[in-house]
Amino acid sequence: MSTPNSSVSDQFPAGLRVLVVDDDPTCLRILDKMLRNCLYEVTKCNRAEVALTLLRENRNGYDVVISDVHMPDMDGFKLLEQVGLLMDLPVIMMSADDSQNIVMKGVTHGACDYLIKPVRMEALKNIWQHVVRKKKKEWKDTKDVEQSGSVEDGDRQLKASEDVDYSSSANEGNWKSSKKRKDEDDDPDERDDTSTLKKPRVVWSVELHQQFVAAVNQLGIDKAVPKKILELMNVPGLTRENVASHLQKYRLYLRRLSGVSQHQGGLNNSFMGLSDTAFESMASLNGLDLQALAASGQLPSQSLATLQAAALGRSMNKSAISMPVLEQRNIFSFEAPPKIRLGEGTQQLSNNSKQISLLHGIPTNMEPKQLANMRCGQPFANMNVGSQVTQSSSHLMQMNQPQGRGQLLSDTNGSQVPKMHPSMIQNLSPNAISGGFLNPKGLDRSAVHNPFSHASSLVDFTMNQNTELPGNGFPLISNSRMSTLALKGMQQQEINSELKGSRGFVPGNDLFNEPHHQNPDDWGKNGISMFDVSQHYALHKTMGGSHAGLAQQCFSSNHKSGQHPDAPNNKLVFPAGEGGQNNTSNMGHLNQFLAENTMRIKAERLPDSGCQDNLFSEQFGQEDLMSALLKQQHDDTGPVDNDFGFDGYP
Amino acid sequence: MEVVQLQRSFLEYTSSLFQEGFLDAQFSQLQQLQDESNPQFVMEVVTLFFEDTERLLNDLTTALDQSNVDFKKVDAHVHQLKGSSSSIGAQRVTNVCIPFRNTCEEQNIQGCLRCLQLVKQEYFLVKNKLEALFRLEQQIVAAGGVIPMVE
Repeated sequence: MSTPNSSVSDQFPAGLRVLVVDDDPTCLRILDKMLRNCLYEVTKCNRAEVALTLLRENRNGYDVVISDVHMPDMDGFKLLEQVGLLMDLPVIMMSADDSQNIVMKGVTHGACDYLIKPVRMEALKNIWQHVVRKKKKEWKDTKDVEQSGSVEDGDRQLKASEDVDYSSSANEGNWKSSKKRKDEDDDPDERDDTSTLKKPRVVWSVELHQQFVAAVNQLGIDKAVPKKILELMNVPGLTRENVASHLQKYRLYLRRLSGVSQHQGGLNNSFMGLSDTAFESMASLNGLDLQALAASGQLPSQSLATLQAAALGRSMNKSAISMPVLEQRNIFSFEAPPKIRLGEGTQQLSNNSKQISLLHGIPTNMEPKQLANMRCGQPFANMNVGSQVTQSSSHLMQMNQPQGRGQLLSDTNGSQVPKMHPSMIQNLSPNAISGGFLNPKGLDRSAVHNPFSHASSLVDFTMNQNTELPGNGFPLISNSRMSTLALKGMQQQEINSELKGSRGFVPGNDLFNEPHHQNPDDWGKNGISMFDVSQHYALHKTMGGSHAGLAQQCFSSNHKSGQHPDAPNNKLVFPAGEGGQNNTSNMGHLNQFLAENTMRIKAERLPDSGCQDNLFSEQFGQEDLMSALLKQQHDDTGPVDNDFGFDGYP
Repeated sequence: MEVVQLQRSFLEYTSSLFQEGFLDAQFSQLQQLQDESNPQFVMEVVTLFFEDTERLLNDLTTALDQSNVDFKKVDAHVHQLKGSSSSIGAQRVTNVCIPFRNTCEEQNIQGCLRCLQLVKQEYFLVKNKLEALFRLEQQIVAAGGVIPMVE
């Protein structure tokens, strides 16, 4: 579009073309009015996708973008990334959220500014400065790159867009001309003769970026140097400098992502190049994975680029998850991606981190391969929260118990703390469990569960050391001795992270983390107790597989300590129902579970009401829990004064 | 005079709303934005706010009514409510949103329900006040007067 330069520049900043994106109609209207009062030209949209479309259709049509951070369809940061990376427009973020980390995120993502709602007129009046600043910078960069002294000054009038006008934007007030340039640069391939003049700014279109990414992947992120990338890309008219600056941005972006994931739990290993199929499902969500997949040819590069761009924002949050860290941690990560679209990335992150920590603990106790199994389990795409527990009774670990326990699971399925039947325990199916008690948090939890369900072997609950149980690895510890140890490490983490207020923790999963030397006989004793345990287990499972360890602990303690043959482990409260509540993270479940269980153990028997759905009041003394658990480990005989002491399972 | 009296009532009423914390400086900004080209600006925006908030409150109620509450979703709604209420200057509504977000973070269902209750209360209060204010405005205009600017 060729607008006469002079008119615009004369009135500058009047006529500044602003694109406002906010899903809140009230704010949008107010901003619109305020901006108009500043004599800016305003375009409103309430969806990020629409905004992107507008921007793509008319790259030169806007001078600045103002976007809300929390939007339902796309994270504002993602939009920021896209616009910044591909279109290089100044973007101003705004939010009612003034927490420092969010603001920091805005800054690190490259936002020119961050406004806190409610936005005042004064703040909007100044946005034009960002535009000028940015334009000047770009202009300067190109100028430097070109090393051509013939920088056209601001008198260069805007030419028709078709013109290959490489005049530098000489921005003295000609911020529009730089826009023009950008417009003209749409197809870098045609810019063959740019070398003499100031090179117009290259617009990194999706395709171009895609090529760039492919080249970088091919070379390896560490070895990717602009020169080689340029060669690989083989785009005529693209200079090394263009590539260099884009690479710099890209690296920053990646670093940001990894920084986030590190923050999460250090999952961040080379996320590039992960070709773990397990991550595929996640990968789609996660830009990083996309790259890996694309690199490994699993994704058409086209979609990769698009997805990647799309996932930029999300991946920030989910980076931890997407990192194909082939470690136990991965398990948790699985869940994350599905939930990407949340403005609540932070939350997710914290969930992830929690999960991650949980995993850390687990391996210590569980057999690595079990974990591995868990991991590969599948991309947990969304365990249905609260789905029926009895997913796969086949998975149930067969405890050395009489069968029939399978019932337990079914009972627990979705119901509030179903009564434990002795027969239930037998078939605790991780799947079932998880299904039943998925926390409301949904995906997060489910993901966690998944590992368990699928992995079955995850927790080697076998009574005897490391017996991999077929099906799920939740061997309800037939041995009464639930090895609390296994979970110890986990628990601690979990407890620490979770005990805080997780509500309703469904205890009862993974009792059997540790292959404990439990006598199968013991179990027999407290038939009920076993069930409780399993129930918990099941419940627990649903809550979050990872809790298994914890659950186990609890159970063990239960078992151990008391010998109440008939005391149903109701004590272990399996608030099945509550699973829903605490679902911030799987860990939470465990912790809670443990906490609760411990509590119970300590307290006298809870009335035998089958599963009590008592959400244990959160904050169970972690210390208590841990000590209880620890005690158990050391002491076979129910150090914890649980009443029920499951001694063993008949 | 009728108009003068109405205007005085209007001013007093507006002041009281500010003093009682129902409205804050942001609302004044809105009033300043209103001009000949947009004479109904404030009312328009406030109406948008009412509609949006009522929808949000419904969503919140539903979300908190689930057996498995999705706290993230609840938090997202509250966040939005906080943003929009602060944009029009409905201070007391905004103020309740802050603890509300905390209860979401803590996943404290009871806390959330309490906050929801409070938010609803504050919302309906401010709604009534604003509607009364608009009625006064209309009366002034009907009586041939001009709506005075609040200092």
